[in-house]
Amino acid sequence: MATSRKTQTAPDRAPSAALTRNQRLELYYYARLTRDIEERVNILHKQGKVTGAVYRSLGQEGESVATAYALRRDDALSPLTRNLGALLTMGVRPLVMFLQYMAKGSSAARGRDLSNHFANIPAPGADAPMLIGPVSPLGDMVAVMSGVALAAKMQKRPLVAMVYVGDGATSTGVFHEAMNFAAVKRVPLVVIAEDNKFAYSTPVRQQMAIAHIDQRADAYGIRHQMVDGNDMVAVYDAAKQAVDAARRGEGPVLLGIDTMRMKGHAAHDDMRYVPADMVETWTKRDPIALYRARLKRDGIAKDAELDEIDRITKAYAESESQLATEAPEPDAATVTRGLFGGDPFVPTSVEIVRSPFADTKAVR
Amino acid sequence: MAEVTFLEAIREALFEEMARDERVFVIGEDVGPIGGAFRVTEGLLAEFGDSRVVDTPISESAIIGASIGAAYMGLRPVAELQFIDFITTCFDMITSVAATSRYRTGAGVPMVVRGPCGAGVSGGPFHSANPEAFFLNTAGLKIVEPSTPYDAKGLLKAAIRDDDPVLFFEHKLLYRRLKETLPTEDYVVPIGKAIVRRAGRDLTIVTFGAMVHVALEAAEALAGEGVEAEVLDLRTLAPLDREAILTSVARTSKVIVLHEASRTGGIGGEIAAIIGEEAFPYLDGPVMRVASLDVPVPYSPPLERAFLPNVEKLMAAAKRLIRY
Repeated sequence: MATSRKTQTAPDRAPSAALTRNQRLELYYYARLTRDIEERVNILHKQGKVTGAVYRSLGQEGESVATAYALRRDDALSPLTRNLGALLTMGVRPLVMFLQYMAKGSSAARGRDLSNHFANIPAPGADAPMLIGPVSPLGDMVAVMSGVALAAKMQKRPLVAMVYVGDGATSTGVFHEAMNFAAVKRVPLVVIAEDNKFAYSTPVRQQMAIAHIDQRADAYGIRHQMVDGNDMVAVYDAAKQAVDAARRGEGPVLLGIDTMRMKGHAAHDDMRYVPADMVETWTKRDPIALYRARLKRDGIAKDAELDEIDRITKAYAESESQLATEAPEPDAATVTRGLFGGDPFVPTSVEIVRSPFADTKAVR
Repeated sequence: MAEVTFLEAIREALFEEMARDERVFVIGEDVGPIGGAFRVTEGLLAEFGDSRVVDTPISESAIIGASIGAAYMGLRPVAELQFIDFITTCFDMITSVAATSRYRTGAGVPMVVRGPCGAGVSGGPFHSANPEAFFLNTAGLKIVEPSTPYDAKGLLKAAIRDDDPVLFFEHKLLYRRLKETLPTEDYVVPIGKAIVRRAGRDLTIVTFGAMVHVALEAAEALAGEGVEAEVLDLRTLAPLDREAILTSVARTSKVIVLHEASRTGGIGGEIAAIIGEEAFPYLDGPVMRVASLDVPVPYSPPLERAFLPNVEKLMAAAKRLIRY
């Protein structure tokens, strides 16, 4: 555990002190929605309606949501496969995700790639996020998002690029190249380095010889911090400070996330390599339960109000999954289309929606 | 108009495209103050400043990755690899990310990756590569290799204006050996179009890059012996100009594919297969390959000469083929 290294910010000075009630509830809403969508995907997978593998983010929904919540709606984000919560927080409609999981013809990737492997590139100035889906060789997107951030600097756009990387991928060569490049060029990049304890079956102690994942950043001379990944408010505070620093032109920031992947690598993995007491410990630290308790303790919401949010997210996940189930498969005749530019066979733009708690006046 | 070298033609293309389109920028190792190891980017820094002439740490994956990200942001990166051999260190970025991006997600990557390729200068195993075959089996890439200053400038301009990733290989042997007077007006040489450099009726030599000049020299010598060889310069290796290849085969019925990369798994095999599938009735002999030997590129001049294709090896193959 990295508790001794967490940066303490006085509660009233923390960025979260400025969050409105609606924003606090919105954080809860997105975390719940993430979990409910994945539960639906799990059911659809068992029914044979989801193509290929399912990678759950159980236990990591809180950090996914709270990191992305620190961005502006028109910033850039590149998630990992377990960052569904980040995409929802940036406004991606759940239907988009279900169409992806089911490899439908009207999905963002038109059935050509899975889960969050899709892109959304809005015109500059649009009130929509730039989303760059990952590729399976991990670490690559740190380099790509360094380029997004470099271009923002060249174009004098006030954009921050956020990229997620797991403990395993911080061992790759491209991660090192990209971090060093971003540091030397002082680009507005925020790297969310998730220590979720296992890369498939490999524990973190066999992944790195340092005590905490954020120490990777010592080698690059950039700001870094470790945060309790299951404390959504702490994650938001650290992420917001990182995003603000990057936007001020202070260069890249690496935020280490101390969390735990509560399911196997994918649906087929029974995680027999994980010690039982570890699962027990982290189950007690479920990020959504902790945040819910905090909302009640702080007098933000009562059980009845939070139960109502739970009902909304569950019903939303169900109705969106139903819509996706009814969508047609891709037309096999399109298999060679759209390899190069100039072909009108292009995906429809990713639908971006607002939550019921969205405050149109808030500068998120 | 003054003549320009092959290298100067490439530099002119960069200057003119950067002046024409502010989205175009160059990025790579040592491209700034010294203008790159071969001085291709010399003068760009003074003209366009360091935000458009981006020097980087030694990190080919970061260079290509950052170029892809910048392309997503609407810019037009031209990434220089100091020697094209080092493209192996960013293979994943090119094949997994850039090549698949548009097909998978609709997000195009208008990026040029350029650098000096080729042997013949005693560069040794790591400064002599011809890596086109590594990439021919990856859908989503365009691959260009010019043989003249005119084409180098026109093809690079076309590559920079292209909406997809283009690998642009510049044979270093041509950099300062070829000179040509170029048009003063703006022009492009379209990607995907081959050109007949020498017309002939007896056999076709399909080739590209520096080997075009070997083929032309051999064709002259063969003409002295009564054999008229056609030399087809591919100019673009992906997508191949199949029509130009098949048209020439229909005319001559005999084909040699000449390339500087090693023989096994090289582009010659692919071209031979296309001809076998599409033009079998026209053939009066086997499609032959003249290529480098299947060993790493050796350093010493006598070893390198033994390794590389040359006029004598090409003529020997032509004489064997003509007897069919």
